[in-house]
Amino acid sequence: MDGSLQQHGRRAAENAARTSYGRLLAYLARQWRDVAAAEDALAEAFARALDIWPAQGVPANPDAWLMVAARNRLRDGARARKTREQTASSLLVLAPTETEDMPTIADKRLELMFVCGHPAIDAAARTPLMLQTVLGLTAERIASSFLVSPDTMGRRLSRAKARIKDTGIAFEVPGEDELGERMENVLEAIYAAYGQGWDSTGSDDQTRKGLTEEAIWLARVLVELRPEDAEALGLLALMLFCESRSAARRVDGRYVPLAEQDTALWDLPMAREAEDLLRTAGGLKQPGRFQLEAAIQSVLVQSRWTGADLRLPVWTLHGLLAQNAPTIGNLVGLAAATAEVHGPETGLRELTQLPEAVTMDYQPYWALKAQLLQQLGTDRQATETAFRRAIGLTEDGAVRAYLIGKSTQRDG
Amino acid sequence: MAALAASVLQSRMIRLSNQGQGPKMRYMLMFYENEAEVAAQRDNAERAGPYWDAWNAYMGALYPTGIVLRGDALLPPSAATSVRLEGGNRLVQDGPVAVTKEQLAGYVVIEVPDLDAALAWAARCPAATYGHVEVRPVLDLSNQG
Repeated sequence: MDGSLQQHGRRAAENAARTSYGRLLAYLARQWRDVAAAEDALAEAFARALDIWPAQGVPANPDAWLMVAARNRLRDGARARKTREQTASSLLVLAPTETEDMPTIADKRLELMFVCGHPAIDAAARTPLMLQTVLGLTAERIASSFLVSPDTMGRRLSRAKARIKDTGIAFEVPGEDELGERMENVLEAIYAAYGQGWDSTGSDDQTRKGLTEEAIWLARVLVELRPEDAEALGLLALMLFCESRSAARRVDGRYVPLAEQDTALWDLPMAREAEDLLRTAGGLKQPGRFQLEAAIQSVLVQSRWTGADLRLPVWTLHGLLAQNAPTIGNLVGLAAATAEVHGPETGLRELTQLPEAVTMDYQPYWALKAQLLQQLGTDRQATETAFRRAIGLTEDGAVRAYLIGKSTQRDG
Repeated sequence: MAALAASVLQSRMIRLSNQGQGPKMRYMLMFYENEAEVAAQRDNAERAGPYWDAWNAYMGALYPTGIVLRGDALLPPSAATSVRLEGGNRLVQDGPVAVTKEQLAGYVVIEVPDLDAALAWAARCPAATYGHVEVRPVLDLSNQG
Protein backbone atom coordinates (compact mmCIF):
# COMPACT_ATOMS: atom_id res chain seq x y z
CA MET A 1 0.00 0.00 0.00
CA ASP A 2 2.79 2.34 1.01
CA GLY A 3 4.67 1.40 -2.11
CA SER A 4 1.73 2.11 -4.37
CA LEU A 5 1.10 5.42 -2.64
CA GLN A 6 4.71 6.31 -3.11
CA GLN A 7 4.50 5.28 -6.73
CA HIS A 8 1.36 7.33 -7.10
CA GLY A 9 3.13 10.33 -5.62
CA ARG A 10 6.08 9.92 -7.94
CA ARG A 11 3.80 9.53 -10.95
CA ALA A 12 1.95 12.72 -9.97
CA ALA A 13 5.22 14.61 -9.63
CA GLU A 14 6.44 13.29 -12.97
CA ASN A 15 3.21 14.30 -14.64
CA ALA A 16 3.35 17.79 -13.17
CA ALA A 17 6.96 18.19 -14.33
CA ARG A 18 6.07 16.92 -17.77
CA THR A 19 3.13 19.31 -18.10
CA SER A 20 5.30 22.21 -16.97
CA TYR A 21 8.08 21.30 -19.35
CA GLY A 22 5.81 21.09 -22.39
CA ARG A 23 4.02 24.32 -21.56
CA LEU A 24 7.22 26.23 -20.89
CA LEU A 25 8.96 24.99 -23.98
CA ALA A 26 5.96 25.64 -26.22
CA TYR A 27 5.63 29.15 -24.83
CA LEU A 28 9.32 30.00 -25.21
CA ALA A 29 9.77 28.33 -28.60
CA ARG A 30 6.78 30.22 -29.93
CA GLN A 31 8.03 33.57 -28.68
CA TRP A 32 11.57 33.10 -29.93
CA ARG A 33 10.70 30.96 -32.94
CA ASP A 34 13.69 28.82 -32.10
CA VAL A 35 13.07 25.41 -30.54
CA ALA A 36 16.73 24.50 -29.98
CA ALA A 37 17.54 27.80 -28.26
CA ALA A 38 14.42 27.51 -26.11
CA GLU A 39 15.42 23.97 -25.08
CA ASP A 40 18.92 25.08 -24.12
CA ALA A 41 17.65 28.04 -22.15
CA LEU A 42 15.08 25.93 -20.35
CA ALA A 43 17.69 23.29 -19.49
CA GLU A 44 19.85 26.01 -17.96
CA ALA A 45 16.89 27.41 -16.06
CA PHE A 46 16.19 23.97 -14.58
CA ALA A 47 19.85 23.56 -13.62
CA ARG A 48 19.78 26.99 -12.02
CA ALA A 49 16.64 26.11 -10.08
CA LEU A 50 18.38 23.05 -8.67
CA ASP A 51 21.13 25.36 -7.39
CA ILE A 52 18.96 28.10 -6.00
CA TRP A 53 15.71 26.54 -4.79
CA PRO A 54 17.19 24.27 -2.12
CA ALA A 55 18.97 27.28 -0.60
CA GLN A 56 16.39 30.02 -1.05
CA GLY A 57 13.20 28.02 -1.10
CA VAL A 58 10.88 27.13 -3.96
CA PRO A 59 9.30 30.27 -5.45
CA ALA A 60 5.56 30.82 -5.17
CA ASN A 61 5.12 30.22 -8.89
CA PRO A 62 7.86 27.79 -9.98
CA ASP A 63 6.78 27.70 -13.62
CA ALA A 64 6.88 31.47 -13.97
CA TRP A 65 10.27 31.52 -12.25
CA LEU A 66 11.62 28.97 -14.73
CA MET A 67 10.08 30.84 -17.63
CA VAL A 68 11.62 34.16 -16.63
CA ALA A 69 15.00 32.52 -16.02
CA ALA A 70 14.89 30.87 -19.44
CA ARG A 71 13.70 34.09 -21.09
CA ASN A 72 16.51 36.03 -19.46
CA ARG A 73 18.93 33.44 -20.77
CA LEU A 74 17.48 33.75 -24.27
CA ARG A 75 17.71 37.55 -24.18
CA ASP A 76 21.20 37.33 -22.81
CA GLY A 77 22.11 34.89 -25.57
CA ALA A 78 20.71 37.25 -28.19
CA ARG A 79 22.67 40.16 -26.73
CA ALA A 80 25.82 38.09 -26.51
CA ARG A 81 25.53 37.18 -30.14
CA LYS A 82 25.58 40.89 -30.89
CA THR A 83 28.33 41.99 -28.53
CA ARG A 84 30.28 38.75 -28.21
CA GLU A 85 30.67 39.55 -24.52
CA GLN A 86 29.09 36.83 -22.54
CA THR A 87 30.88 34.89 -19.78
CA ALA A 88 30.32 35.84 -16.15
CA SER A 89 27.49 38.31 -16.60
CA SER A 90 25.15 35.64 -18.01
CA LEU A 91 24.77 33.81 -14.72
CA LEU A 92 23.88 36.99 -12.89
CA VAL A 93 21.01 37.94 -15.13
CA LEU A 94 19.75 34.39 -15.42
CA ALA A 95 17.94 34.17 -12.11
CA PRO A 96 14.79 36.27 -11.88
CA THR A 97 14.67 38.92 -9.17
CA GLU A 98 11.81 39.22 -6.73
CA THR A 99 10.62 42.45 -8.28
CA GLU A 100 10.27 41.04 -11.77
CA ASP A 101 6.62 40.52 -12.60
CA MET A 102 5.63 36.92 -13.12
CA PRO A 103 3.59 36.52 -16.28
CA THR A 104 0.99 33.82 -16.78
CA ILE A 105 2.07 31.15 -19.20
CA ALA A 106 -0.50 30.49 -21.91
CA ASP A 107 -0.68 26.86 -23.02
CA LYS A 108 0.75 26.74 -26.53
CA ARG A 109 1.36 22.99 -26.66
CA LEU A 110 -1.26 22.52 -29.36
CA GLU A 111 0.52 25.06 -31.55
CA LEU A 112 3.79 23.27 -30.86
CA MET A 113 2.23 19.95 -31.90
CA PHE A 114 1.13 21.47 -35.18
CA VAL A 115 4.67 22.73 -35.75
CA CYS A 116 6.07 19.24 -35.07
CA GLY A 117 3.62 17.73 -37.55
CA HIS A 118 4.20 20.39 -40.21
CA PRO A 119 4.59 19.06 -43.79
CA ALA A 120 7.91 20.95 -44.07
CA ILE A 121 9.36 18.67 -41.37
CA ASP A 122 10.72 15.29 -42.46
CA ALA A 123 8.00 12.72 -41.70
CA ALA A 124 10.48 10.51 -39.83
CA ALA A 125 11.33 13.39 -37.48
CA ARG A 126 7.78 14.45 -36.55
CA THR A 127 7.07 11.93 -33.82
CA PRO A 128 10.54 12.16 -32.22
CA LEU A 129 10.31 15.96 -32.28
CA MET A 130 6.94 15.87 -30.56
CA LEU A 131 8.19 13.46 -27.90
CA GLN A 132 11.21 15.63 -27.22
CA THR A 133 9.57 19.05 -27.20
CA VAL A 134 6.16 18.35 -25.67
CA LEU A 135 7.24 15.65 -23.23
CA GLY A 136 10.94 16.41 -22.75
CA LEU A 137 12.14 12.88 -23.57
CA THR A 138 15.84 12.54 -24.31
CA ALA A 139 17.14 11.81 -27.80
CA GLU A 140 18.72 8.57 -26.50
CA ARG A 141 15.44 7.26 -25.16
CA ILE A 142 13.62 8.16 -28.37
CA ALA A 143 16.37 6.63 -30.51
CA SER A 144 16.10 3.28 -28.75
CA SER A 145 12.35 3.17 -29.09
CA PHE A 146 12.59 3.91 -32.80
CA LEU A 147 15.46 1.49 -33.29
CA VAL A 148 17.71 4.22 -34.62
CA SER A 149 21.24 5.04 -33.48
CA PRO A 150 21.31 7.88 -30.91
CA ASP A 151 23.67 9.78 -33.21
CA THR A 152 21.28 9.57 -36.14
CA MET A 153 18.35 10.57 -33.94
CA GLY A 154 20.25 13.56 -32.57
CA ARG A 155 21.04 14.76 -36.06
CA ARG A 156 17.49 14.18 -37.27
CA LEU A 157 16.13 16.28 -34.40
CA SER A 158 18.66 19.09 -34.92
CA ARG A 159 17.85 19.23 -38.60
CA ALA A 160 14.15 19.47 -37.85
CA LYS A 161 14.69 22.30 -35.36
CA ALA A 162 16.92 24.17 -37.79
CA ARG A 163 14.19 23.82 -40.38
CA ILE A 164 11.56 25.29 -38.05
CA LYS A 165 13.84 28.26 -37.42
CA ASP A 166 14.98 28.77 -41.02
CA THR A 167 11.60 28.37 -42.69
CA GLY A 168 9.83 30.34 -39.98
CA ILE A 169 7.02 27.81 -39.49
CA ALA A 170 4.25 29.65 -37.65
CA PHE A 171 3.36 28.52 -34.12
CA GLU A 172 -0.37 28.59 -34.64
CA VAL A 173 -3.42 26.43 -35.07
CA PRO A 174 -3.96 26.24 -38.85
CA GLY A 175 -7.03 27.79 -40.44
CA GLU A 176 -10.07 25.79 -41.52
CA ASP A 177 -8.77 25.22 -45.07
CA GLU A 178 -5.77 23.17 -43.98
CA LEU A 179 -6.80 22.12 -40.50
CA GLY A 180 -7.95 18.64 -41.54
CA GLU A 181 -4.73 17.64 -43.22
CA ARG A 182 -2.51 19.17 -40.58
CA MET A 183 -4.48 17.47 -37.82
CA GLU A 184 -4.00 14.14 -39.58
CA ASN A 185 -0.22 14.62 -39.41
CA VAL A 186 -0.41 15.31 -35.70
CA LEU A 187 -2.59 12.26 -35.07
CA GLU A 188 -0.33 10.04 -37.16
CA ALA A 189 2.75 11.25 -35.30
CA ILE A 190 1.14 10.35 -31.97
CA TYR A 191 -0.04 6.97 -33.25
CA ALA A 192 3.48 6.23 -34.53
CA ALA A 193 4.79 6.70 -30.99
CA TYR A 194 2.20 4.21 -29.75
CA GLY A 195 3.11 1.72 -32.47
CA GLN A 196 6.77 1.83 -31.48
CA GLY A 197 5.81 1.25 -27.89
CA TRP A 198 3.46 -1.58 -28.80
CA ASP A 199 6.15 -3.30 -30.86
CA SER A 200 8.66 -3.23 -28.09
CA THR A 201 6.49 -4.07 -25.07
CA GLY A 202 7.74 -7.64 -25.33
CA SER A 203 11.30 -6.58 -24.89
CA ASP A 204 12.87 -7.63 -21.62
CA ASP A 205 15.31 -4.78 -22.02
CA GLN A 206 14.22 -1.90 -19.78
CA THR A 207 16.12 0.65 -21.85
CA ARG A 208 13.79 -0.18 -24.72
CA LYS A 209 10.67 0.35 -22.67
CA GLY A 210 7.78 1.24 -24.88
CA LEU A 211 6.36 4.66 -25.58
CA THR A 212 2.73 3.64 -25.16
CA GLU A 213 2.23 5.74 -22.03
CA GLU A 214 3.88 8.72 -23.69
CA ALA A 215 1.66 8.40 -26.76
CA ILE A 216 -1.46 8.22 -24.60
CA TRP A 217 -0.27 11.28 -22.73
CA LEU A 218 0.15 13.21 -25.99
CA ALA A 219 -3.33 12.18 -27.12
CA ARG A 220 -4.76 13.32 -23.79
CA VAL A 221 -3.11 16.71 -24.22
CA LEU A 222 -4.54 16.92 -27.71
CA VAL A 223 -8.06 15.96 -26.58
CA GLU A 224 -7.86 18.44 -23.73
CA LEU A 225 -6.91 21.24 -26.11
CA ARG A 226 -9.22 20.20 -28.98
CA PRO A 227 -12.14 18.42 -27.35
CA GLU A 228 -14.31 18.91 -30.43
CA ASP A 229 -12.09 16.86 -32.74
CA ALA A 230 -13.65 13.41 -33.25
CA GLU A 231 -10.51 11.79 -34.63
CA ALA A 232 -8.43 12.95 -31.67
CA LEU A 233 -11.03 11.31 -29.41
CA GLY A 234 -10.98 8.24 -31.65
CA LEU A 235 -7.20 7.97 -31.43
CA LEU A 236 -7.20 8.23 -27.66
CA ALA A 237 -10.00 5.64 -27.45
CA LEU A 238 -8.08 3.29 -29.75
CA MET A 239 -4.91 3.48 -27.69
CA LEU A 240 -6.79 3.04 -24.41
CA PHE A 241 -8.58 -0.04 -25.74
CA CYS A 242 -5.23 -1.59 -26.70
CA GLU A 243 -3.58 -0.50 -23.48
CA SER A 244 -6.39 -1.92 -21.34
CA ARG A 245 -5.39 -5.42 -22.50
CA SER A 246 -1.65 -5.05 -21.98
CA ALA A 247 -1.55 -7.08 -18.75
CA ALA A 248 -3.40 -9.95 -20.43
CA ARG A 249 -1.18 -10.03 -23.51
CA ARG A 250 1.70 -11.36 -21.49
CA VAL A 251 1.36 -13.92 -18.72
CA ASP A 252 4.57 -15.11 -17.02
CA GLY A 253 6.49 -13.77 -19.98
CA ARG A 254 4.40 -15.79 -22.42
CA TYR A 255 2.57 -14.18 -25.30
CA VAL A 256 -1.22 -14.65 -25.21
CA PRO A 257 -3.27 -13.83 -28.34
CA LEU A 258 -6.51 -11.89 -27.95
CA ALA A 259 -8.81 -14.90 -28.36
CA GLU A 260 -7.12 -16.71 -25.45
CA GLN A 261 -6.70 -13.75 -23.10
CA ASP A 262 -8.08 -13.86 -19.58
CA THR A 263 -10.55 -10.96 -19.59
CA ALA A 264 -10.18 -10.69 -15.82
CA LEU A 265 -6.75 -9.21 -16.53
CA TRP A 266 -8.16 -6.44 -18.68
CA ASP A 267 -8.23 -2.96 -17.21
CA LEU A 268 -11.97 -2.36 -17.04
CA PRO A 269 -12.04 1.34 -16.12
CA MET A 270 -9.65 2.05 -18.97
CA ALA A 271 -11.77 0.13 -21.47
CA ARG A 272 -14.88 2.00 -20.21
CA GLU A 273 -13.12 5.32 -20.65
CA ALA A 274 -12.27 4.30 -24.22
CA GLU A 275 -15.90 3.34 -24.84
CA ASP A 276 -17.10 6.73 -23.55
CA LEU A 277 -14.59 8.60 -25.69
CA LEU A 278 -15.65 6.66 -28.75
CA ARG A 279 -19.32 7.44 -28.08
CA THR A 280 -18.54 11.15 -27.70
CA ALA A 281 -16.57 11.03 -30.96
CA GLY A 282 -19.47 9.37 -32.75
CA GLY A 283 -21.79 12.16 -31.62
CA LEU A 284 -19.62 14.71 -33.42
CA LYS A 285 -20.41 13.16 -36.80
CA GLN A 286 -16.91 13.40 -38.25
CA PRO A 287 -16.04 9.83 -39.24
CA GLY A 288 -12.41 8.80 -39.69
CA ARG A 289 -9.91 5.97 -39.59
CA PHE A 290 -9.00 6.24 -35.92
CA GLN A 291 -12.64 6.04 -34.89
CA LEU A 292 -13.00 2.99 -37.16
CA GLU A 293 -10.00 1.32 -35.56
CA ALA A 294 -11.34 2.13 -32.11
CA ALA A 295 -14.74 0.75 -33.12
CA ILE A 296 -13.11 -2.54 -34.16
CA GLN A 297 -11.46 -2.74 -30.76
CA SER A 298 -14.76 -1.96 -29.07
CA VAL A 299 -16.55 -4.77 -30.91
CA LEU A 300 -13.74 -7.24 -30.21
CA VAL A 301 -13.94 -6.41 -26.51
CA GLN A 302 -17.71 -6.84 -26.49
CA SER A 303 -17.63 -10.17 -28.27
CA ARG A 304 -15.13 -11.48 -25.72
CA TRP A 305 -17.27 -10.25 -22.83
CA THR A 306 -20.69 -11.27 -24.05
CA GLY A 307 -19.67 -14.30 -26.07
CA ALA A 308 -21.78 -12.99 -28.94
CA ASP A 309 -20.69 -13.76 -32.50
CA LEU A 310 -19.67 -10.36 -33.82
CA ARG A 311 -17.37 -11.50 -36.62
CA LEU A 312 -19.51 -9.92 -39.31
CA PRO A 313 -19.48 -6.38 -37.86
CA VAL A 314 -15.74 -6.72 -37.30
CA TRP A 315 -15.29 -7.68 -40.96
CA THR A 316 -17.46 -4.76 -42.13
CA LEU A 317 -15.47 -2.31 -40.05
CA HIS A 318 -12.18 -3.73 -41.34
CA GLY A 319 -13.43 -3.28 -44.90
CA LEU A 320 -14.25 0.37 -44.25
CA LEU A 321 -10.92 0.91 -42.57
CA ALA A 322 -8.95 -0.66 -45.44
CA GLN A 323 -10.82 1.55 -47.87
CA ASN A 324 -10.13 4.61 -45.76
CA ALA A 325 -6.48 3.84 -45.11
CA PRO A 326 -5.10 1.02 -47.29
CA THR A 327 -1.94 0.39 -45.30
CA ILE A 328 -0.32 -3.02 -45.26
CA GLY A 329 -1.37 -3.44 -41.63
CA ASN A 330 -5.01 -2.66 -42.34
CA LEU A 331 -5.11 -4.96 -45.38
CA VAL A 332 -3.65 -7.86 -43.42
CA GLY A 333 -6.22 -7.09 -40.71
CA LEU A 334 -9.00 -7.23 -43.29
CA ALA A 335 -7.78 -10.60 -44.59
CA ALA A 336 -7.83 -11.93 -41.03
CA ALA A 337 -11.41 -10.71 -40.55
CA THR A 338 -12.41 -12.19 -43.90
CA ALA A 339 -10.99 -15.56 -42.84
CA GLU A 340 -13.08 -15.40 -39.67
CA VAL A 341 -16.29 -14.82 -41.64
CA HIS A 342 -15.72 -16.64 -44.94
CA GLY A 343 -13.19 -19.27 -43.94
CA PRO A 344 -9.41 -19.61 -44.16
CA GLU A 345 -9.35 -20.29 -47.91
CA THR A 346 -11.02 -16.97 -48.81
CA GLY A 347 -8.91 -15.12 -46.29
CA LEU A 348 -5.76 -16.66 -47.69
CA ARG A 349 -6.72 -15.75 -51.24
CA GLU A 350 -7.21 -12.14 -50.16
CA LEU A 351 -3.95 -12.16 -48.25
CA THR A 352 -1.79 -13.54 -51.04
CA GLN A 353 -3.02 -10.85 -53.43
CA LEU A 354 -0.95 -8.30 -51.53
CA PRO A 355 2.19 -7.28 -53.43
CA GLU A 356 5.27 -9.27 -52.48
CA ALA A 357 7.46 -6.19 -52.25
CA VAL A 358 5.59 -5.05 -49.14
CA THR A 359 4.84 -8.44 -47.59
CA MET A 360 8.34 -9.91 -47.83
CA ASP A 361 9.49 -8.63 -44.45
CA TYR A 362 6.13 -7.76 -42.88
CA GLN A 363 5.82 -10.10 -39.92
CA PRO A 364 2.02 -10.01 -39.38
CA TYR A 365 1.51 -11.10 -43.00
CA TRP A 366 3.53 -14.27 -42.46
CA ALA A 367 1.98 -14.95 -39.05
CA LEU A 368 -1.54 -14.79 -40.52
CA LYS A 369 -0.53 -16.81 -43.57
CA ALA A 370 0.95 -19.51 -41.36
CA GLN A 371 -2.16 -19.63 -39.22
CA LEU A 372 -4.55 -19.86 -42.18
CA LEU A 373 -2.45 -22.50 -43.96
CA GLN A 374 -2.34 -24.52 -40.77
CA GLN A 375 -6.13 -24.31 -40.44
CA LEU A 376 -6.51 -25.56 -44.01
CA GLY A 377 -3.99 -28.31 -43.39
CA THR A 378 -3.43 -29.04 -47.07
CA ASP A 379 0.09 -27.77 -47.68
CA ARG A 380 2.56 -28.71 -44.99
CA GLN A 381 5.56 -27.31 -46.85
CA ALA A 382 3.99 -23.87 -47.36
CA THR A 383 2.78 -23.83 -43.76
CA GLU A 384 6.28 -24.51 -42.50
CA THR A 385 7.79 -21.83 -44.73
CA ALA A 386 5.27 -19.24 -43.55
CA PHE A 387 5.90 -20.12 -39.89
CA ARG A 388 9.63 -19.81 -40.37
CA ARG A 389 9.27 -16.38 -41.91
CA ALA A 390 6.93 -15.23 -39.14
CA ILE A 391 9.32 -16.52 -36.47
CA GLY A 392 12.38 -15.08 -38.19
CA LEU A 393 10.87 -11.64 -38.62
CA THR A 394 9.68 -11.01 -35.08
CA GLU A 395 11.70 -8.97 -32.63
CA ASP A 396 9.67 -10.19 -29.72
CA GLY A 397 11.08 -13.17 -27.83
CA ALA A 398 7.65 -14.11 -26.42
CA VAL A 399 5.99 -14.02 -29.85
CA ARG A 400 8.91 -16.06 -31.23
CA ALA A 401 8.42 -18.73 -28.57
CA TYR A 402 4.64 -18.72 -29.13
CA LEU A 403 5.00 -19.21 -32.88
CA ILE A 404 7.63 -21.93 -32.50
CA GLY A 405 5.16 -23.75 -30.26
CA LYS A 406 2.35 -23.31 -32.79
CA SER A 407 4.48 -24.42 -35.72
CA THR A 408 5.21 -27.75 -34.12
CA GLN A 409 1.52 -28.58 -33.64
CA ARG A 410 1.13 -31.08 -36.44
CA ASP A 411 -2.62 -31.62 -36.13
CA GLY A 412 -3.36 -28.45 -38.15
CA MET B 1 -9.37 -6.27 -53.35
CA ALA B 2 -6.89 -6.24 -56.25
CA ALA B 3 -7.46 -2.52 -56.67
CA LEU B 4 -6.95 -2.05 -52.98
CA ALA B 5 -3.75 -4.04 -53.13
CA ALA B 6 -2.47 -1.96 -56.00
CA SER B 7 -3.10 1.21 -54.07
CA VAL B 8 -1.01 -0.22 -51.26
CA LEU B 9 2.10 0.39 -53.29
CA GLN B 10 1.24 4.02 -53.68
CA SER B 11 0.25 4.48 -50.09
CA ARG B 12 2.54 6.88 -48.33
CA MET B 13 2.11 5.00 -45.11
CA ILE B 14 3.79 1.90 -46.41
CA ARG B 15 7.24 1.13 -45.16
CA LEU B 16 9.40 -0.53 -47.76
CA SER B 17 12.64 -1.70 -46.31
CA ASN B 18 14.19 -3.10 -49.45
CA GLN B 19 13.07 -0.49 -51.89
CA GLY B 20 15.12 2.01 -53.85
CA GLN B 21 18.08 1.87 -56.17
CA GLY B 22 20.06 4.36 -54.08
CA PRO B 23 23.54 3.70 -52.76
CA LYS B 24 23.85 0.65 -50.54
CA MET B 25 25.88 0.30 -47.40
CA ARG B 26 27.51 -2.86 -46.14
CA TYR B 27 27.22 -3.78 -42.50
CA MET B 28 28.47 -6.70 -40.50
CA LEU B 29 26.00 -7.95 -37.94
CA MET B 30 27.94 -9.69 -35.20
CA PHE B 31 25.98 -12.04 -32.99
CA TYR B 32 27.09 -12.30 -29.39
CA GLU B 33 25.79 -14.99 -27.10
CA ASN B 34 26.37 -15.88 -23.49
CA GLU B 35 28.24 -19.11 -24.06
CA ALA B 36 27.34 -20.79 -20.76
CA GLU B 37 23.65 -19.97 -21.14
CA VAL B 38 23.50 -21.08 -24.74
CA ALA B 39 25.35 -24.33 -24.01
CA ALA B 40 22.76 -25.08 -21.33
CA GLN B 41 20.01 -24.51 -23.90
CA ARG B 42 21.61 -26.60 -26.62
CA ASP B 43 22.24 -29.49 -24.25
CA ASN B 44 18.67 -29.50 -22.97
CA ALA B 45 16.45 -31.80 -25.01
CA GLU B 46 13.39 -29.59 -24.49
CA ARG B 47 15.04 -26.24 -25.15
CA ALA B 48 17.42 -27.18 -27.95
CA GLY B 49 14.60 -27.37 -30.51
CA PRO B 50 13.27 -23.83 -30.00
CA TYR B 51 16.87 -22.50 -29.91
CA TRP B 52 17.69 -23.86 -33.35
CA ASP B 53 14.18 -23.14 -34.69
CA ALA B 54 14.62 -19.46 -33.84
CA TRP B 55 18.01 -19.25 -35.57
CA ASN B 56 16.88 -21.20 -38.62
CA ALA B 57 13.79 -19.03 -38.94
CA TYR B 58 15.83 -15.83 -38.65
CA MET B 59 18.23 -16.93 -41.35
CA GLY B 60 15.26 -18.24 -43.34
CA ALA B 61 13.73 -14.77 -43.28
CA LEU B 62 17.00 -12.93 -43.88
CA TYR B 63 18.42 -14.84 -46.85
CA PRO B 64 15.41 -14.69 -49.24
CA THR B 65 15.58 -10.87 -49.17
CA GLY B 66 18.82 -11.12 -51.12
CA ILE B 67 20.69 -8.69 -48.88
CA VAL B 68 23.17 -11.18 -47.40
CA LEU B 69 26.65 -11.13 -48.95
CA ARG B 70 28.18 -13.72 -46.65
CA GLY B 71 27.80 -15.18 -43.21
CA ASP B 72 28.97 -17.95 -40.93
CA ALA B 73 28.19 -19.52 -37.63
CA LEU B 74 31.18 -20.23 -35.43
CA LEU B 75 32.06 -23.14 -33.20
CA PRO B 76 32.06 -22.30 -29.47
CA PRO B 77 34.89 -20.08 -28.11
CA SER B 78 36.35 -23.13 -26.38
CA ALA B 79 37.41 -24.25 -29.86
CA ALA B 80 39.33 -21.01 -30.42
CA THR B 81 43.12 -20.61 -30.48
CA SER B 82 44.72 -17.16 -30.10
CA VAL B 83 48.11 -16.25 -31.50
CA ARG B 84 50.32 -13.29 -30.64
CA LEU B 85 53.95 -12.35 -31.13
CA GLU B 86 55.61 -10.72 -28.14
CA GLY B 87 59.11 -9.44 -28.82
CA GLY B 88 59.45 -11.95 -31.61
CA ASN B 89 58.29 -14.80 -29.41
CA ARG B 90 55.23 -16.71 -30.41
CA LEU B 91 52.51 -16.93 -27.83
CA VAL B 92 49.77 -19.41 -28.57
CA GLN B 93 46.80 -19.73 -26.23
CA ASP B 94 43.80 -21.98 -26.12
CA GLY B 95 40.56 -20.07 -26.08
CA PRO B 96 39.39 -16.65 -27.26
CA VAL B 97 41.37 -13.39 -26.99
CA ALA B 98 39.25 -11.99 -24.19
CA VAL B 99 37.34 -14.15 -21.78
CA THR B 100 34.04 -12.32 -21.46
CA LYS B 101 30.55 -13.58 -20.73
CA GLU B 102 29.31 -12.89 -24.24
CA GLN B 103 31.26 -14.25 -27.16
CA LEU B 104 31.05 -13.90 -30.91
CA ALA B 105 28.91 -16.76 -32.18
CA GLY B 106 28.53 -15.83 -35.83
CA TYR B 107 28.10 -13.02 -38.28
CA VAL B 108 26.50 -11.95 -41.55
CA VAL B 109 27.48 -9.15 -43.90
CA ILE B 110 24.42 -7.48 -45.40
CA GLU B 111 23.94 -4.78 -48.02
CA VAL B 112 21.15 -2.31 -47.17
CA PRO B 113 20.29 1.35 -47.86
CA ASP B 114 21.20 2.65 -44.41
CA LEU B 115 21.94 1.97 -40.76
CA ASP B 116 18.24 2.01 -39.86
CA ALA B 117 17.63 -0.99 -42.11
CA ALA B 118 20.63 -2.82 -40.63
CA LEU B 119 19.37 -2.14 -37.08
CA ALA B 120 15.93 -3.50 -38.00
CA TRP B 121 17.53 -6.82 -38.98
CA ALA B 122 19.73 -6.79 -35.90
CA ALA B 123 16.69 -6.43 -33.65
CA ARG B 124 15.01 -9.45 -35.21
CA CYS B 125 17.95 -11.70 -34.44
CA PRO B 126 17.34 -14.19 -31.61
CA ALA B 127 20.67 -13.11 -30.08
CA ALA B 128 19.22 -9.61 -29.62
CA THR B 129 16.75 -11.09 -27.12
CA TYR B 130 19.25 -12.94 -24.91
CA GLY B 131 22.67 -11.62 -25.99
CA HIS B 132 23.43 -8.70 -28.21
CA VAL B 133 24.08 -7.81 -31.81
CA GLU B 134 26.77 -5.39 -32.87
CA VAL B 135 26.30 -3.59 -36.16
CA ARG B 136 29.39 -2.20 -37.90
CA PRO B 137 29.85 -0.65 -41.32
CA VAL B 138 32.24 -2.55 -43.57
CA LEU B 139 35.16 -0.42 -44.79
CA ASP B 140 34.66 0.34 -48.47
CA LEU B 141 38.00 -0.09 -50.24
CA SER B 142 36.58 0.27 -53.75
CA ASN B 143 37.22 4.03 -54.03
CA GLN B 144 40.61 4.21 -52.37
CA GLY B 145 42.61 4.20 -55.61
